[in-house]
Amino acid sequence: MYRMCKRVGLALAVAALCWLGSAGSVTAQDAEAVVEAAAEPAAAIDSGNTAWLLASSGLVLLMTPGLAFFYGGLVRKKNILSVLMQCFMSMCLVTVTWVVVGYSLAFGTDIKGLIGGLDYLLLRNVGAEPWPGYTIPHLVFMAFQLKFAMITPALIIGACAERLKFSAFCVFTVLWSLLVYSPVAHWVWGGGFIFDWGALDFAGGTVVHINAGMAALAAALVLGKRKGSVSPPHSLPLAVLGAGMLWFGWFGFNAGSSLAADGIAANAMVTTHVATAVAGLAWALVDWLYHGRPTTLGMITGVVAGLVAITPACGFVDVTGAIWIGLGSSLICWLFVTFVKPKLGYDDTLDAFGVHGVGGIWGALATGLFCSAAVNPLVAHAPWPQFIIQLKATVVTMVFSFAASYILLKLVDLTIGLRVSEHEERVGLDLTQHKESGYTVLD
Amino acid sequence: MKYIIAVIQPDRLDQVLDLLEQKEIHLVTVSTVLGRGRQKGISAVYRSHKEAGSLLKKVKLEIAVNAEFVKPTIDAITEGARTGSIGDGKIFVLDLEEVVRIRTGETGNLAIG
Repeated sequence: MYRMCKRVGLALAVAALCWLGSAGSVTAQDAEAVVEAAAEPAAAIDSGNTAWLLASSGLVLLMTPGLAFFYGGLVRKKNILSVLMQCFMSMCLVTVTWVVVGYSLAFGTDIKGLIGGLDYLLLRNVGAEPWPGYTIPHLVFMAFQLKFAMITPALIIGACAERLKFSAFCVFTVLWSLLVYSPVAHWVWGGGFIFDWGALDFAGGTVVHINAGMAALAAALVLGKRKGSVSPPHSLPLAVLGAGMLWFGWFGFNAGSSLAADGIAANAMVTTHVATAVAGLAWALVDWLYHGRPTTLGMITGVVAGLVAITPACGFVDVTGAIWIGLGSSLICWLFVTFVKPKLGYDDTLDAFGVHGVGGIWGALATGLFCSAAVNPLVAHAPWPQFIIQLKATVVTMVFSFAASYILLKLVDLTIGLRVSEHEERVGLDLTQHKESGYTVLD
Repeated sequence: MKYIIAVIQPDRLDQVLDLLEQKEIHLVTVSTVLGRGRQKGISAVYRSHKEAGSLLKKVKLEIAVNAEFVKPTIDAITEGARTGSIGDGKIFVLDLEEVVRIRTGETGNLAIG
């Protein structure tokens, strides 16, 4: 009976894909018509800016495999494939949801400041003409934004690692991407109400990191703790490799968010790099002072905390601001995972909330403290008034993201179940969810 | 016939193997193992989460010898592995009932060397 249901489900899925396919062909023609009609504005495209955004899209893509290895190295041997698989599957799933409807919900014509309209359904009307106000093709803007949409659900995996059922991951990722990511992206970047408040989020501190961080906290609470004693990371070298890929890809994430190859992109690249270096240094030093040794995991955690915190600020602050933001992020995240997390008692496996949530909140608020109109003319307010706007944007995102994620997780839990069985958890997710092993014991 | 099992510090392995060689004891099985003795392992820190008493890496030697080689074997291991610090390891000596050389089918004292 169960198998029958599965088959019927598959047939329905195939039918749906065929329908989407036929709709897609119509859309392609529509898009061509639009491109032809828009031959004039197409001349406004700048090849240098477009080249940088094409390259940036590639750089940001690399961050998700980087995150996969960062997380993968930190779990136990028996669960590495489950983490790599979830990160890569996030890339596949979100690409489909994004081009079908997710992009339109985020960046379509604004409806009451809450959500984008359906004008870009299946990328209809998204072609080679410039994205309004910029000199890059609309398609490139869409592809660049897609990379952000892909990595954000993957960040949540850190809180669910070693016990989340793969099918539940897939369902949750699709729902979360459409019902949480797209709305928040719209509010902050797509002309929604937070955008109208004048909140600053250069490259996704609110949209990506606070959003994913709060969802991670909700996931850790709904899922509950892992069974048994928790083992140390199985491969720190893999985690270091992943952190390196993240640092590299983050230049596309942050400097690409200027949407042009200009001075602000240069500023974003330098502030990103400086904040990250300071944060890695700071975490290693605090470990050294407090635990007697600078730890490798501490250093790369600091690096990620620095990258997270500078993300909303990188195009609005100067290098001095970047140093404070990097330093603050490492210290705050360190204090959080060292003293606060053990008291709270939830099991955020890889500190997705402790680093992305906490670091993201610090970064969003610090943007309001260190932003300067001398760096970017888009900065309309002096630091303190801007801080209040940042605070409002942060609190709204935190509340919405936590509540919506919590409800979605409960929904998935009540229908198909979120968590693997105790036996499956003990055997490991690689064998029980994917029928594979990451490593062999014998040659 | 005796079966000698020694658990030693990994960095003393080369020394021990040299000394065994000098005493013409060539046959040895070596494996990397984890364990803890009276020093109770070492503590590790992961993002400020302390893992008390993680198991320590050791090297285990297994050597089957005829009676006259028991003392030279123990001497070689003791001399090579001793640093005087806690954690130098232990040697266990067990009676060995039978040995079979798979290639020839030889058994007992003939098969051991």
